[in-house]
Amino acid sequence: MTHHQYRAQGLAGNERRKLHCSHHRKPDNGGTRVEVWQIKGGVVSSSAASDSHALLSVRDLRTHFDVGGDAVKAVDGVSFDVHEGKALGIVGESGCGKTVLSRSIMGITTASNASTSGSVKYSGTELVGKGKRELRKFWGEEMAMVFQDPMTSLNPVVRIGRQLTEHLRAHKDLSKSEANDLAVQLLTWVRIPEPKERLSNFPHQMSGGMRQRVCIAIALACSPNLLFADEPTTALDVTVQHQILNLLAQQQQERQMGMVLVTHDLGVVATRTDDIAVMYAGKIVEKASTSALFSGMRHPYTQSLFWSIPKTSEPKHTRLSAIVGRPPNLAALPSGCSFADRCPYVQPICREVEPQLQTIDSHSFACHLPVGSSDAEAALSANISAGLPQSEGAATRREAHQGTFT
Amino acid sequence: MGKVIATRLARLVATLLAVTFLTFSMTALLPGDPVNAILGVDAVRDPEVVAKIRADLGLDDPFLVRYVNWLGNAATGDLGQSYITDQEVITTISQRLPVTAQLAFMAIIMALILAIPIGVLGAYKQGKWQDSTTSAGVQVALSIPNFIVGIFLIWLFSVRLGWLPASNWNRISSDGLVENLKTAILPASALAMTQMAIFSRLVRSDMIATLQENYILAARSKGLSDRFILLRHALRPSSLSLMTIIGINFGALLGGTVIIETLFAIPGVGFRLINAINQRDIIVIQGITVFIATAYVVINTIVDLLYAVVDPRIRKG
Repeated sequence: MTHHQYRAQGLAGNERRKLHCSHHRKPDNGGTRVEVWQIKGGVVSSSAASDSHALLSVRDLRTHFDVGGDAVKAVDGVSFDVHEGKALGIVGESGCGKTVLSRSIMGITTASNASTSGSVKYSGTELVGKGKRELRKFWGEEMAMVFQDPMTSLNPVVRIGRQLTEHLRAHKDLSKSEANDLAVQLLTWVRIPEPKERLSNFPHQMSGGMRQRVCIAIALACSPNLLFADEPTTALDVTVQHQILNLLAQQQQERQMGMVLVTHDLGVVATRTDDIAVMYAGKIVEKASTSALFSGMRHPYTQSLFWSIPKTSEPKHTRLSAIVGRPPNLAALPSGCSFADRCPYVQPICREVEPQLQTIDSHSFACHLPVGSSDAEAALSANISAGLPQSEGAATRREAHQGTFT
Repeated sequence: MGKVIATRLARLVATLLAVTFLTFSMTALLPGDPVNAILGVDAVRDPEVVAKIRADLGLDDPFLVRYVNWLGNAATGDLGQSYITDQEVITTISQRLPVTAQLAFMAIIMALILAIPIGVLGAYKQGKWQDSTTSAGVQVALSIPNFIVGIFLIWLFSVRLGWLPASNWNRISSDGLVENLKTAILPASALAMTQMAIFSRLVRSDMIATLQENYILAARSKGLSDRFILLRHALRPSSLSLMTIIGINFGALLGGTVIIETLFAIPGVGFRLINAINQRDIIVIQGITVFIATAYVVINTIVDLLYAVVDPRIRKG
């Protein structure tokens, strides 16, 4: 399919979407959406006050789990904004709180031992503290989520057709045939062949990639303004990953949705998001527009993540660079910087004083010795000569990546 | 489908052979003699008469010969006559099995009507007061023997309120459905109590497991109501072990309602079976056993087929 045809199909799709779904979008919202993102586009606000123009404004969000009296700080003071039609990538290793973050924003965490505080404003409406009944009005219609594992996020005993439209029918007064037409439409958007025949299928009759397309179609069914994609491709094989990510990016662009794309792969967000927030141990440690981040990473963790992406330019059988050690226990975080034990630049101050997020030219980072500063260079040389293991690894990686970024 | 049914039929035949052979050998091992029952305990034993009766009934033949004879007759549809009452076994069964089957069926349905909401509520409100209250109630229901429940029901509805008869059985064919239900509702309720407790525990525990599934979280994130998620998403995948137990317990009720049948003076199959055992009326025992075993196999075949209806992953092709 050429690019041209593909756009045309998308536009036709948008037209039809309006036919079906225009009645559940707030008129003031729909009217101003283009204007808003043009003005606000590309800006990641890090001010303490929430941004009233943002589609989603998260301030000092904390989700702690009470596990045997210890507080597991899965999300610990996270702030960011997502503007209409913009995509934000949240990147970090497993266990750094990304999934809990996206679920806390939506408010779908079910654990009885979880407590969430801070502020989440969706189009100016505070969501934290709202009851399930009120939040439910936002779920599906205003914000939707694509989950990590399409093998388990579809109900195995319910036909695809019903799963695609049941939330639409629950909210709207749609007849069965209208719902069916819409389901076919949705499957066409996510490019599933023979959509009509697929409606009567059960999930187990589809491949993993197909199922994730169905999950995306379900999320798009009510034309949400904000889409969360929680590691949408982690459970899929590499070729399918690519297709699914492109499908998500394409739908996000066409529909001018806000999107939060959660991933552990910096490479995934590099070309598909407007902004990137890097998360470590429940906190955001670096945040910038995608171009600014890739043109000058400031946090050593971001740099390590970047270094761990295999490069096709490298000779065959090059050892993959891994980050030394593992993320800290979220129930017993060390004092100072959480990344200190794994950081090639670590200095005594890092273990004593927790670095605060500082913003220079819309680029935020939380580090005493930001990458690229003369202090960091000095610290790294000192660590290498002192023979610290994580720094020795960093030295070879630096060598290998010389020239890939400045 | 045809192949499935053929396999099932073969399995049914094998089961029946095993069951009848085992019952036959068990009754042969029992001390006592049907002749005593025929002549009456106090009768004067004339050895000649006894010998004649034994010869007529074929009781002197070796065990295997007797079994093969019985089997040959049964295969042609002749289950024989009672040693004691001379009634055709097939008549006994056709009169009594429907009564017990109706009781068992009503008990299972009544149990399900109560158990599903209770189990779903317990799982949904796990750990909250709604859960602990219903769990305690279920625990009580489980630990009270059903004849105690039966006695209580008789006292309340027959003695105190006078709404329903305390005993006896009205047949649908002669008295009509309403009269029939009047006599069936109390014994069926007494039987339903334990079943309800078992079923609701199963539903609760399976439902708790299902509610942890990712697809439930995904359904929540779609903005569906809790009620819709519980009933339209979680209940079906949580009902497989419930179905297994329904199949097993239905079969068990067919042969095991004797206490309730006795209490309510109901002419069911359990009542007759106990009589036959007491009188060493082997031919009746055999006949009833065949029918109960058949019912077991048929019910569990239906349950197996229903699995595939409930969970499409079990369907083949």
